[in-house]
This record gives sequence, structure tokens and C-alpha cells, in this order.
Amino acid sequence: MLGTKTKVLLILWLLFMAVLPFVMPNQYYLGNLIIVGLYTLVGIGLCLLMGFAGQVSLGHAAFYGLGAYSSALLTVHFDLSPVLALVAAAVLTGLIAFFLGIPAMRLEEHYLALATLGWGIIVFIFFNEQTSLTGGPSGFSGIPYFSIGPLVFSSDMSFYYLVLAVVALGMLLAYNLVHSRMGRALRALRTSEAAAQSLGIATSRYKNRVFVISAVYASISGSLYCHYVTFISPSPFGFQASIEFVLIAVVGGLASIFGPVFGAAAVIALTEGVGAVMPKFFPYAGSEFEIIIYGCLLVIIMIFVPEGLTAALKKKRLRDKIEFGYRLLWRGLKDASRGC
Amino acid sequence: MEYASQIMQYALTGLTLGGIYSVVALGFVVIYSVTGIINFAHGECVMLGAMVSVSCLGAGFPLSLSIFTAVVAVAVFGIIFEKLTVAPAKKASAVTLIIITIGAAIAIRGAALLVWGASPYPMPAFTSEQPLYVAGATVLPQSIWVMATSTAIFGGLYLLFNKSRTGKALRAAAMDRVAALLMGISPQRMSSLAFGLSAATAALAGAVVAPITTATYDMGLMLGLKGFIAASMGGLTSVTWAILGGFFLGLLESFGAGLISSNYKEAFAFILLIAILFRNALSGSRSKTVEKKV
Repeated sequence: MLGTKTKVLLILWLLFMAVLPFVMPNQYYLGNLIIVGLYTLVGIGLCLLMGFAGQVSLGHAAFYGLGAYSSALLTVHFDLSPVLALVAAAVLTGLIAFFLGIPAMRLEEHYLALATLGWGIIVFIFFNEQTSLTGGPSGFSGIPYFSIGPLVFSSDMSFYYLVLAVVALGMLLAYNLVHSRMGRALRALRTSEAAAQSLGIATSRYKNRVFVISAVYASISGSLYCHYVTFISPSPFGFQASIEFVLIAVVGGLASIFGPVFGAAAVIALTEGVGAVMPKFFPYAGSEFEIIIYGCLLVIIMIFVPEGLTAALKKKRLRDKIEFGYRLLWRGLKDASRGC
Repeated sequence: MEYASQIMQYALTGLTLGGIYSVVALGFVVIYSVTGIINFAHGECVMLGAMVSVSCLGAGFPLSLSIFTAVVAVAVFGIIFEKLTVAPAKKASAVTLIIITIGAAIAIRGAALLVWGASPYPMPAFTSEQPLYVAGATVLPQSIWVMATSTAIFGGLYLLFNKSRTGKALRAAAMDRVAALLMGISPQRMSSLAFGLSAATAALAGAVVAPITTATYDMGLMLGLKGFIAASMGGLTSVTWAILGGFFLGLLESFGAGLISSNYKEAFAFILLIAILFRNALSGSRSKTVEKKV
């Protein structure tokens, strides 16, 4: 199914990511990498929705949070195994997204943006106020580590490889989806909904389906997150997080499966970089700069490269050089395998 | 009797909130009608209005001068904002423009946090702090200031749009941009004017409400969103509906918090938003077809 170029890119990326923890100076960076992986997963789902179906969501943190809280509740109160809880959480979140999507996916551009924004805020208020269920602002603790049968992912290192595997799987599935009948239908409806309808594409059904898929991606990422940190409070699932997810999708480039990988890495690197560098210049300043730079970055990217960095890269000569490199490498690999 | 006075109390609180929501909603309507843009940074203008007034008062300015400075400064800010964020992206899609204004709002909020810090700033009431009694309910004199100011803003905007040349030009640009251009009205100038005007009204609203709510760097987010919800009740283009929507939202919140649950006070507005949008979506009516009118 995979094209040659994508195959090489995917293998190179996997190798790079697999080796990366060994060259990392300390545990702190590993923790960041795990968060990058989790955000990438949400970003892939959002790219499918925004880039391929052309629908915006400003409330994806709600699905991320629903996944996290469902997994937490199911494993702590019902003693479900984390894998089962993850699946149950994904099914539940998917169902919620399905029923939300029936009316929401009929809305046009900015009304959809608002409906999803409102949805995100309602769910956030729910997490804060349903203290008997979620623990409210003080949080929910005692979540077990992720485990598959007897295999427990209690160390950062093992959890990192778990996340890497899930992200790779998520990318593969998304890639196949984009190149399936459904993917073509989605791209058709993004270009012109009326034209797509006239060709017999059930546009609102397809839009709803991709909305559910993107919500499931977010839910799985949230489930993994809750088992990683073992303590959750509502704050990572607010409006700010929804905007971060959009930023990840936008920075990476909307219509690209590799986009979110770059997007998530760039966003986390930015947050951490600003947090590390800024205090040296302004000893009293804290997270304010992060917020300012975030906002400015969103504005600048949307004004100058609304199609994202990967797409901007493609336009340049750089692309030809990179392609030449791929071809050389691929031929080399083929020759090498023939030699064996 | 006890119950009646409680109802009266909720109604007065709701009308105070509603006055502010209406003014913010009007700002959305003015900008959307003239430029077709939903400005998510509009709530930040309310915050800036409140913050600048408080700072001026702190610097020893008299009250009227503080508010005047805030209104002028924020109006200028609104015009610069339009030049920096919206004008360079004229051809962008609606979603791109939404993300641009959200990004700008985040940056403004961050800058406000940097300048003023996270702690709330109290602002003294314009006149007395002594509550008045109306039919068994208490009302702060500042609430009356809020309602009077919002009424004055509605009146001022009505006069501007209906009795002045500039207002007619704005209305023309809202009705048909190309035709307005042919009549020698510059859409670019009208766009700046719309942003400046709505920023000024938002700043005034912020300055008037600050003595009740105190001024904080993040007050703009919720005020902006609720103003937007009020504006969207009339499809973003109707002034009358935006004002009614604002008061309806204020009353809904105040009665909802009093009679149902104060924990979910903030959620009512958003549930209403989703209900409105979904009703429109399922009945197949497009809010876009609502008559454009400023």
C-alpha cells in the first residue's frame, strides 16, 4: 500500500526515534519525547479532520480528556485492565463524537469552529464540577501503569516504545485511510462540497465518520496519557490544549500524515525552549512569554504559510534535493538487499 | 414575598450582565457586517479597557480622564490590530482568519499577564458603594452605571449609523462591498473604522464593569465568547437581535445560577450556543441568509 518514498521516510523516522532515547542526556528529555508522541497522535487525528476533510475543531482537548478520564475511572473503580479500558474509552468517546457530529458536521466553517469550542468548554466545566466522578480541580490519582497482560510499562523507557509503536500504527492507519475510497471522497468534499455531493458522495456521513476517527485518536492518546502520569486534573484538557492541538496540526501542515510529527515536536520544543531560555534574559518572567510567542506564532504562520511548514517546504527547491537523496538511498538499499 | 424579591434580584443581576454582553455582541456585529470577520480578540479589548482605566486611576488621573484615555488607547489599538493581523490575510479562508484572531487574542492575553500580572485589580465604584433597594432586591449603583452606559452606547451607535455620513458609508460597506467601492467608499478604511469603533465600545464596557468584577488579565476570554454567543443569536448581522441576545444571555445565566446550579453557571451560555447552532443546522436554515442590517 505504501509508496516508496513514504516507506523510506517512515522507516528512517522509526529508526531515528528508536535510537533517540540512547543519545538523550537524561530522563527529562525522554518525558518530553513521550508527550511529543501523545500529541502527535492527537495531531494525526486532527489532520485527518482539518487537512483532508476541511473541518475545523477547536474542542479536541475534550475528547483527549474524555479518553483520559474514562480510562482512569474504568481502571481504578472497575478494576478493568488498561488495554480494555483504553478500548472502552475509545468506543465511548467515538460514540459521543458520533452523536455530536450528526448536527455539528452540517455546520459551516466558523459556526463549526464555535460549536466545537463551546463543546470543549462545556466538557472542561464538567470535569471541574463533577467532583464525585472526576475529583474536580484537585484531580484524580492512583491510576495504575499501563500493562498488557503481565507486561507492565512502569519505566519511562518502556512507555516511550509503547507510545512510539502506537504512533507508528496510527500513522499507518491514517495513511491507508487517506489513500482509500474514503480518503478520496474526503479530499473531493474539501475541494467542493457541492461537486462531491453531485458525484454521489454522502458528504455529511463521511465528515461525521472522520470526526469520529479523529476523536478516537484523541481518546487513545488521552488514555495513554493518564497511565503515564498516573494522576490527572482538568487543567491539561482546557481551551489552551485545544489550541495547542490545532497549532500542531497547522504548524506541521494540514494535508500531511508526517506533519503532526514535526508539529508536535516543534510545539513541545518551543514550549520547553522558551521556558528554558527566557528566564536567563528576564529573571522574573515565567510562562507569559510562552503564551505571547504561541499567539504570535499562530498569527504569523496563518498569515504567511496557512498550509503549514511541510507544504511550504515542498514548494522550495529544497524538495528536489531531498527527493534526489531519497532516490539514492532507496536504490542503495535495494542494491544492498540484492547483494545479500 | 421572599420568592418575589429573589426573582427581582436575579433579574437585576441578569440585566447588568446582559448590558455588558450586549455591548460586546454589538462589537462583533459591527465588525462582522463590515468585514465578514469574526474577531475572537474582541473580548481582549474589554480587558484592555478595564486594565488601562485601572492603571490610569492608579497613576492619579481623575475617573473621567482615565476612562477617556482607555477608550482612545484601545480604539487606536483596535485599528493597529486590524492592520497587523487581519489586513495582511485578506484572502484567507474563514477558518484561517478565526485561528489568526484566536492567536492574536492569546498573544494579547499573554502580554497583559506580563504587564499587569495575574492578580485581580479592584476598581472603585464610580459613585457610591451603598446598595439601593428596589422591590426587596439590592442593586449596586455601579449596576445602574452599567445599564445606563450600555443604553448610551446603543443610542450613540444608532445615531452614528443612521444620522451621519460615516455611518451611512459603514452601512453601505456592510450591505455590498463592491457597490460601496464604486461609490468611492474605501473598504479598507471602513474595515479600520469598524475595528476601531468596536474596540472603543468594548473598552468603555470594560471600564464600566471593572468595579463590579475587578479587572483581571483573563477576563476577556469569557466576556468575548459570551458576547459572540449573543451576537450569533441574530446570525451575527442584526443589531436588534444582538442587544436582545445579550440581555437574554445575561438573564439566562443569572436565573440559571440562582435556580438550577451555580457550579454550571458558565456552561449555560455554551449549551445555549450549541442548541442554537444545532437547531439551525438540523432545520437546514442558513444564518447567512439573515438580512444584513446595521
